[in-house]
Amino acid sequence: MDLLSPEPGLVIWSGLTFIILFLLLRKFAWRPILDAIKAREHKIEEALASAQKASEEYKRIEEAKANMVADAKQERDLMLKEARAVKDSILAEAKENAVVEAQKIVAAAKLQIEKEKADAISELKLQVAKMSVEIAGKLLSENLKSDERQEEIIEKYLNECNFN
Amino acid sequence: MNRIKLFVFAIAALACPASVMAAHEMQTDSTEAKEEIDVNEIIGHHIADAHSWNIFGYTNSDGEKVELTIPLPVITYYKGDVLVRLSSAFEEEAVVEHNGLYYKMHHGKIYMTNAAGDIETDENGPINERPLDISITRNVVSMFMSVALLLLIFIGAARAYRKSSVPRGGNAMVETLVLFVKDIADEQIGKEKSDKFAPYILTLFFFIWINNIIGLIPFFPGGSNLSGNISFTGILAVFTFLTTAIFASKSYWKHNLTVPGIPFPMKFLLVPIEIVSMFTKPFTLLIRLLANVTGGHIIILSLLSMIFITQSYVMTIPSVLLSLVIFVLELIFGALQAYIFALLSSLYIGLAVKDEEHED
Repeated sequence: MDLLSPEPGLVIWSGLTFIILFLLLRKFAWRPILDAIKAREHKIEEALASAQKASEEYKRIEEAKANMVADAKQERDLMLKEARAVKDSILAEAKENAVVEAQKIVAAAKLQIEKEKADAISELKLQVAKMSVEIAGKLLSENLKSDERQEEIIEKYLNECNFN
Repeated sequence: MNRIKLFVFAIAALACPASVMAAHEMQTDSTEAKEEIDVNEIIGHHIADAHSWNIFGYTNSDGEKVELTIPLPVITYYKGDVLVRLSSAFEEEAVVEHNGLYYKMHHGKIYMTNAAGDIETDENGPINERPLDISITRNVVSMFMSVALLLLIFIGAARAYRKSSVPRGGNAMVETLVLFVKDIADEQIGKEKSDKFAPYILTLFFFIWINNIIGLIPFFPGGSNLSGNISFTGILAVFTFLTTAIFASKSYWKHNLTVPGIPFPMKFLLVPIEIVSMFTKPFTLLIRLLANVTGGHIIILSLLSMIFITQSYVMTIPSVLLSLVIFVLELIFGALQAYIFALLSSLYIGLAVKDEEHED
């Protein structure tokens, strides 16, 4: 039966054609297609991995940020505390200085007053002496006028020399 | 799962326009065989190979039969003499003389004859010597067309990957199909080794499938019965056999030739069986494809021939409807047979290249 007897011509052509088709498709179709699919799978896996990595990185950064904020807060508190302490100490020092200064000023003023006072007394003494001399002189010139007169004059001069 | 759905959809999409073509075939046939109703011969003619390509024939107004036929090159080799002629030179049993040798085509075969062109016959048919016939027959032409189509489709698809790693449109479907077949190879051969054999399995699958489809197109340039020809299925089975034999692992040979783990006397029985099975495996591939494809063609043609046997217009309706059903089934079987051939080939290759130690 024809159906079951192979024709050598067709066997040769089929074999040859299949081998050539196989080689051509392998080189120009199957390899490129399968490689491209493999590369794409690889790429997707890589992308997923890197996305995972990025999210982890993000988490890590987020954590670091939180830590930094906490640290900064702490530092701020510390700085504020320090500043307050410094302020207090400056204030205290200033107060102390002021007291010392005031005492100095007071002391200087006292000294000045003492000196002024001494000057005034010596001046007074001088004036009293001068007046005494003047009064004695006048008394001598008015000598011997009545006693009344004498007393009057003394009274008068005494009034004149007021101790101010 | 999604991949299989797409695959089925692709086949369904192909089936719709093809069923219209089946109706067309019926019409062509009805003009062809108005007078003589030798159904056996018509069908035999359709499924056999031919040296020329008959596109259609009709009876013109003068009552003459006109056949529109494309002549194909006839190439033969006989004892150092290479003959290259168009098949039209052999029309109507003409004797072709070349370098003192006489060639004649008789019932689609080339014979060596004497100058008068006598064909001697006995009860088995002609006994004249035959040259080695390597003509570009109808099947060879349709095979070349399938090759051109395959190259066009798949190299085109491969090029698309240069632009973007995600193919679009038709190329996306190509990728689905390629992955479908690649998965067969992966499952049967194993992921580590399948890269080496996947191109072979892919080529097998698509070569068989496209030829099955071309065979089902009822008019020119389809209609050949290449994948239902024993020469075609045979050589593919031989390739699978050679692949298993060449790449087989040591444990495969050891297992087949010594059948370890069996009492010694039993080996006399089992070793020959194992050896025979090495050959029967590819042989079943050959027969399965041949019988399925040719069977499908015969059923469709037989159903259509019912019209001419009964000589009744009423028969047209059931006969066309039935052949349409078979046609759609054949389209599905066309893919299924390609799938089975690829699956079994990769199964056999997988069995052969596995280097598991046999437990004994």
